[in-house]
Amino acid sequence: MRGNPETHELVAPGSLAAVLHLMAVEPGAWTPIAGGTELMVAHAAGRLNAPKLVSLWGVPELRFVHATDESIVVGAGATFADLRRSALITEELPLLAKAASWIGSIANQSRATLGGNLVNGSPAADSSPALLVYDAEIEIISARDSRRIPYHKFHTGYKRNALAVDELLYAVHLPRRFGHHRQYLRKVGTRRAMAISKVALGATAFIETGVIREIRLGAASLAAFPTRLHRTEDALLNKPITNDLIQTGRNAILTEALPIDDIRSTAEYRRRVAANLLEEFLFELLGVEKRP
Amino acid sequence: MSARWPTIRMIVNGEQRGIQAPPMKRLLDVLRQDLHLTGTKEGCGEGECGSCSVRMNGELVNSCLIPVLQAQGAEIQTVEGLAPKLEPGGTLHPLQEAFLACGGAQCGICTPGMLMAAAQLLETHPRPTLAEIREGLAGNLCRCTGFMRIFESVLAASTQASQPALRQAHHAR
Repeated sequence: MRGNPETHELVAPGSLAAVLHLMAVEPGAWTPIAGGTELMVAHAAGRLNAPKLVSLWGVPELRFVHATDESIVVGAGATFADLRRSALITEELPLLAKAASWIGSIANQSRATLGGNLVNGSPAADSSPALLVYDAEIEIISARDSRRIPYHKFHTGYKRNALAVDELLYAVHLPRRFGHHRQYLRKVGTRRAMAISKVALGATAFIETGVIREIRLGAASLAAFPTRLHRTEDALLNKPITNDLIQTGRNAILTEALPIDDIRSTAEYRRRVAANLLEEFLFELLGVEKRP
Repeated sequence: MSARWPTIRMIVNGEQRGIQAPPMKRLLDVLRQDLHLTGTKEGCGEGECGSCSVRMNGELVNSCLIPVLQAQGAEIQTVEGLAPKLEPGGTLHPLQEAFLACGGAQCGICTPGMLMAAAQLLETHPRPTLAEIREGLAGNLCRCTGFMRIFESVLAASTQASQPALRQAHHAR
């Protein structure tokens, strides 16, 4: 333990309104902390650059999963254990349930929150590919306002996002219109549990008489932040699924992916695996279990 | 000095406790230093190894990643609270019996965390499969046993009928 707890202030006002008030009165002074699975690691290492923290843990207005006619809405304070236990998520958003089961261990899942995962903004964030391919919207709140933006515009750079200093991520809206889409999500890491992704790829596609009428691809660890692969999507859209198209998709993702070398993997490995994952999904669409 | 720190009240192993501590002090350090419950171990200090696993409000958590203020009002169970009253001639928790009988504990550093993760697992999955045991304990690292004896211990503990047999196996060693 290199950090000194006496050098950090932490308050728990207990309600959303009180948290937003603090953040409005001293914009930028308060760092929100939810389940602590990221910030407490920094704290232990002595590199938590946050003199004043405000706790979101136990703020009831942030921890919910509910459904409207159009969307399933997940509060930013919902934990990954909450998501795995929610029948709405497991039945209607299986990719998100799968991603939740990949987050660290049981002990991490009982504390780590969806909002924390997104605001932390790791390029390898486990929940991101699923949210990207489900076309999620982010609801942002502050004492002055609330607004919604598409999730694929939330990350703006490496560990940077669209939140202003007085704003909180309030909820994630997931449209309930993917029931008839083909869905895919696969993470490649060092081991099955507790691994940070080398690469992850998510996909949803709507197929009509063998033609891809709608497709979304979402990736982790292929860029400085989790991203949609719009150019690869464009290369596949409105095309009949054939072996040639699968080659087209491979070429497109190899061009579009911009991964890096780091301690977990190399850029070259990540690009190749991303292409293989896309190929696996497209072969599934073709109705072929394994590569012929 | 401690007057400037807030009072944190928790129910620890069934007892109401109150301590004064900096709110960003880790629950792990409060348990070990303020409450002298040294059964909970620190391994990595970053949520990767599970040595510091305790149960908070019925969920498994890494106590190294919890600022103690977030445990305000919580019910905490540590390894000291697994067996009801641990005294000479007292009874161990079935998991503790099974770890003894099956060789699930060696150097002991991971054991308290393993026991807590296993206790959590058995609450949600009273008769777990090997795959469920592997998932339930995936966040707890052991460098001695190679894990198989730990998995066997949890399987054994989940089989109520085997309790006398386990004790016999233990005493026969």
